[in-house]
Amino acid sequence: MFTLKAGRLPPADVKNIIFLVRPRLELMDIIAENVLSEDRVRSPLRDFHILFVPRRSLLCEQRLKDQGVLGSFIHREQYSLDLIPFDGDLLSMESESAFKECYLENDQTSLYQAAKGLMTLQALYGTIPQIFGKGDCARHVANMMIRMKREFPGGQNSIFPIFDTLLLLDRNVDLLSPLATQLTYEGLIDEIYGIQNTYVKLPPEKFAPKKQGEGGKDLPTEPKKLQLNSAEELYAEIRDKNFNAVGSVLSKKAKIISAAFEERHHAKTVGEIKQFVSQLPHMQAARSSLANHTSIAELIKDITTSEDFFDNLTVEQEFMSGIDTDKVNNYTEDCIAQKHPLIKILRLVCLQSVCNSGLKQKVLDHYKREILQTYGYEHILTLNNLEKAGLLKLQTSSRNNYPTIRKTMRLWMDDVNEQNPNDISYVYSGYAPLSVRLAQLLARPGWRSIEEVLKMLPGPHFEERQQLPTGLQKKRQQGENRVTLVFFLGGVTYAEIAALRFLSQMEDGGTEYVIATTKLINGTNWIKSLMEKLEPPPF
Amino acid sequence: MAWNLKEDLRDCLVAAAPYGGPIALLKNNFRKEKSLGSRPLLEIYSASGVPLASVLWKSGQVVQLGWTASEDLLCIQEDGTVLIYNLFCEFKRHFSMGNEVLQNHVREAKVFHTEYGTGVAILTGAHRFSLTTNIDDLKLRRMPEVPGLQKLPSCWAVLSQDRVTIILLAVGQDLYLLDNTSCSVVTPPGISAHAGAYVQMAVSFNYRYLALFTDTGSIWMGTSSLKEKLGEFSCDFRAPPRQMVWCTRPRSKQRAVVVAWDRRLLVAGNSKECIQFVLDEDSYLVPELDGVRIFSCTTHEFLHEIPEASEEIFKIASMAPGALLLEAQREYEKQSQKADEYLREIKDQNLLAEAVRQCIEAAGYEHEPETQKSLLRAASFGKCFLDKFPSESFVWTCRDLRVLNAIRDYQIGIPLTFAQYKQLTIEVLLDRLVLRRLYPLAIKICEYLRLSEFQGVSRILAHWACYKVQQKDKSDEEVAHAINQKLGDTPGISYSEIAARAYDCGRTELAIKLLEYEPRSGEQVPLLLKMKKSQLALNKAIESGDTDLVYTVVLHLKNELNRGTFFMTLQKQPVALSLYRQFCKHQELETLKDLYNQDDDHQELGNFHVHSSYSSEKRIEGRVGALQNAVDEYYKAKNEFAAKATEDQIKLLRMQRRLQDELDKPYVDYSLHDTVYSLILDGNHKRAEQLYRDFRIPDKRFWWLKISALAEREDWEEMEKFSKSKKSPIGYLPFVEICMKHHNRHEAKKYAARVTPEQRVKAHILVRELDQAADAAIEHKNENEMNLVLSKCTAATDSLVVEKINRAKAQTLKK
Repeated sequence: MFTLKAGRLPPADVKNIIFLVRPRLELMDIIAENVLSEDRVRSPLRDFHILFVPRRSLLCEQRLKDQGVLGSFIHREQYSLDLIPFDGDLLSMESESAFKECYLENDQTSLYQAAKGLMTLQALYGTIPQIFGKGDCARHVANMMIRMKREFPGGQNSIFPIFDTLLLLDRNVDLLSPLATQLTYEGLIDEIYGIQNTYVKLPPEKFAPKKQGEGGKDLPTEPKKLQLNSAEELYAEIRDKNFNAVGSVLSKKAKIISAAFEERHHAKTVGEIKQFVSQLPHMQAARSSLANHTSIAELIKDITTSEDFFDNLTVEQEFMSGIDTDKVNNYTEDCIAQKHPLIKILRLVCLQSVCNSGLKQKVLDHYKREILQTYGYEHILTLNNLEKAGLLKLQTSSRNNYPTIRKTMRLWMDDVNEQNPNDISYVYSGYAPLSVRLAQLLARPGWRSIEEVLKMLPGPHFEERQQLPTGLQKKRQQGENRVTLVFFLGGVTYAEIAALRFLSQMEDGGTEYVIATTKLINGTNWIKSLMEKLEPPPF
Repeated sequence: MAWNLKEDLRDCLVAAAPYGGPIALLKNNFRKEKSLGSRPLLEIYSASGVPLASVLWKSGQVVQLGWTASEDLLCIQEDGTVLIYNLFCEFKRHFSMGNEVLQNHVREAKVFHTEYGTGVAILTGAHRFSLTTNIDDLKLRRMPEVPGLQKLPSCWAVLSQDRVTIILLAVGQDLYLLDNTSCSVVTPPGISAHAGAYVQMAVSFNYRYLALFTDTGSIWMGTSSLKEKLGEFSCDFRAPPRQMVWCTRPRSKQRAVVVAWDRRLLVAGNSKECIQFVLDEDSYLVPELDGVRIFSCTTHEFLHEIPEASEEIFKIASMAPGALLLEAQREYEKQSQKADEYLREIKDQNLLAEAVRQCIEAAGYEHEPETQKSLLRAASFGKCFLDKFPSESFVWTCRDLRVLNAIRDYQIGIPLTFAQYKQLTIEVLLDRLVLRRLYPLAIKICEYLRLSEFQGVSRILAHWACYKVQQKDKSDEEVAHAINQKLGDTPGISYSEIAARAYDCGRTELAIKLLEYEPRSGEQVPLLLKMKKSQLALNKAIESGDTDLVYTVVLHLKNELNRGTFFMTLQKQPVALSLYRQFCKHQELETLKDLYNQDDDHQELGNFHVHSSYSSEKRIEGRVGALQNAVDEYYKAKNEFAAKATEDQIKLLRMQRRLQDELDKPYVDYSLHDTVYSLILDGNHKRAEQLYRDFRIPDKRFWWLKISALAEREDWEEMEKFSKSKKSPIGYLPFVEICMKHHNRHEAKKYAARVTPEQRVKAHILVRELDQAADAAIEHKNENEMNLVLSKCTAATDSLVVEKINRAKAQTLKK
């Protein structure tokens, strides 16, 4: 298996070559180049096949045809991998551009795939009797699901439903959460180092083997690559905690583990030693896991304790709690003046805009001018994209809805408990993600209680029911949890996931959540996906 | 027989399909003179002689008729063409058995069935054989030549052994075996030397047995592999028989051959004796799986070996358990105590279960409903006295018999035996009913047998609908309505298939109406496109949400319509329009511009020009031109900010160009910030000031920018000058920070003295003057600041400071 690269295919003594690709045009050009350079080599004739994931695309095939290589493919098929399991309770389509396509380009391909994925899920885990949703895309997906259900031949699905409720949420209902800096352990790892397909690459220095005498000569230069998921016991425990609560868990664990290793001195009989040895592999795994996470925590702590991180967070929290959102912010201005990374600036400005239901003309223009002058006029298109997506906007009505929404839905909690949280607001140390609040309020007491606020948020909210045959209707037992699938159309952050997991674990919650999304995002890669890349021509 | 034949069967070309299939007759085929009035007539009847269809034969001379496994009629012509008709004499298609035949003519032909499907073998005038094993996947095989063959063989047959199809032929006393590559002479084992020349041969239904008839009246029976002899029989008749077929039952040990002459029928088997029947009329034999059907002008009979169960029960004076049970039941009905005696007799031998089983099995073999009933009644009676007799076999036999009785009715005319029915399976039987357009009966059977809708009723309804759309006498409305009423939302129905059929019949309107009922857009769209209903197709594609489908239609429309109409169409469909825009973005940039132009979307046009100033223009002037266009569009879009910004960009670009020329350094495409920074870095303060004024850079930012650049240049003198030029809009803490960043503590200290009191502590900490920081903090009486200072202290070096602060803190606490 090779990754797709331009130029000639790597040499291999094989007869068949299968391209497994996303249906994207630029990839087609690479494939065409691969195939064309292949023929020139005049090596033994190979058979080419192409598998599109998750769907065949006419445009891509057209492109291959234009490149004159379509005929070289013996098989052109699709591998309908819509939703990819990332963890026990997390599915993602990993479609990077889903948000951009839906909200900027009005291209609903990814929504169609989401609907298809949901149909597959229902085929496997039973028809979901209740569908709730908020937002235009959610409405569209629900419509397609209902339509696809009619299209399926063979009638009723006779599988007992696992999910009680499906909640479809548009990302643009809650633009705020991804912009704020996530403060859970996993969220911070993602913010700082970027988690890709559950893997993270970390600077190697902290992971150097701690053996003395060898000197610092052979420090590893390759970044350290780690897989992060709930299969790792320790990670499962700390991933969703506020970062400030991680340290105490780690030190507690360290004590337990060293105590466990101390046990060997007490092992006297052969039987005891045997028992100890049998536990060794597990203990060693735990110890290396602890070492890894201690290192990661140190790396993160270096950053979170920096002044700049603190200042940035302070400003974010001011915005979210509604302080001075209608004026040009000094810190933002200073950051621009010092030419901090553009994405950081955009996150701040967008956050302010969202928290103020748009900015006044003067403020908005000032920010835009500052950005264009500092970072280059080419970003005018990026700014335009952000405006189209609603992340940046002009305050049209004189009324700012955000405070009402914040108060009704209790989005800002002053008395947040980071160590032993009692509310989802711990994931942003104060701010409770709107999207998750919506899910929480839906479960109890129901959306009827917040009709007014729902009307302020973009897009329709709706409820659909899918009839189940009487035999499959659940008879709920006392204390049995409902299972809700929350589908984020346009991406979800780790902090939001953490908040939903927190709700699942609440003792009196009564609802378990499974999360699905088009893409796992953070503010940085999300904004990046919306940026227009204009390269000046070579002069 | 329901037919009213005037001709003798012998004057007709006859073909009857196995499994109680239809009978085809080609009349007048052998007459040489082809006057108009005596054209050959092709007629098709059900097995009961009910006419299904007829057609005047207008094609060439037919050599042989035969039925395929799916009940299509094959008419093999002299010129090698094979015409395929369906049950209703409707022409389906034709194929040829090779060019070579055109001259040599087909002299004889045979239709045969193997696991590959239906095959055709021909013998040409040049004494060569050709065959195909599957007419649906035509691969002609020309068999090798038989050495020394000068005349047509006296008889031949097609054999299928181990999935290889071979031909066995007899020339006089010699037997030849022809396979793909070779021809070999064979001798049947144990045949007497005086047997004489072979005149007739017969292969059993399953290709396992072979029978040979010689001109001395001797019949040799053996396996078709010619390895084993099963028996030999000598009869008194030497004339070549008209027909010879096997009559055996699967898994039976008895094997028999039925030989037919004009008026005589002879059944020969293992024993020395034979059975003879007199035939009153011309008869035709149809070999079946478990016997032989014999039909003539007036009758249709079935000759078979009596199955063991029936024999046991109905044998005269039989004491078999089944026979006793039947008797017991009869007596029971007469309310005679003898019933008990019979029953006791069976029970004493512990054979009651066996008796019930026998009765059930025998019932299956019976054709007469009354006999079936009495046997089943006996079985049911017997079952009462058994504890644990599994009822499935009884229930299923009852059901199957009901189905069989229904289709055996002469109006339906499919005389299947129980064994044939089991071999054929219910699915195939349903197909055959559908082929005969007996939809109601088929549906009744599905419902009766409780088949799933998907494989049962829906399939039949779909076939019915496909037939219905061909009825030209009814209006589109009527047909569509009738179909929808019957089919409704039955799962598994493909309305698009029915619509496609309607379209094939030229009923486009009907097809559209039918497509409305199709829930799957993926199925609707291609047909709508085919019917040139692209607008409708576009609607359906958009409804489905499948963007690839929308693209399919859009690109189709693009080719079909002229540009204006195409754009107008897209205009009405925002979804399609935005998708097409994406397409253009990747493939046809110019078209994209046209699209925006048409929409008067000046904002997007502006963006478009900005884009092209980067991607397509290389020279500065070209880029400025593109940007100027953008400015115009932005103004039209009333986006003053963007227009102004772009004007600024043009200004900057021109300026950079000039700088580049004058200073011989690259400046183009630096941001304004970077340009100014770079100028300061090079000491071009005047020019930097110029830009600062021209672009009205806010003071704060300019100060930040300038001190950063100066620090990088390490031009401390200039920095100090600058700091004193006027009061700093950003205060003096940034000066401290920036100096420390460039490790100049000395300079930093200068500015630390100038910061505002609130920032003093921070400044002192920055320049590592903890003592003074502590003083400032104490002076402010600010505990936070004190703690901050404390946190920076290290025990070893700063113990004095720590002490000082702790003292101060203690003091504040006191107060």
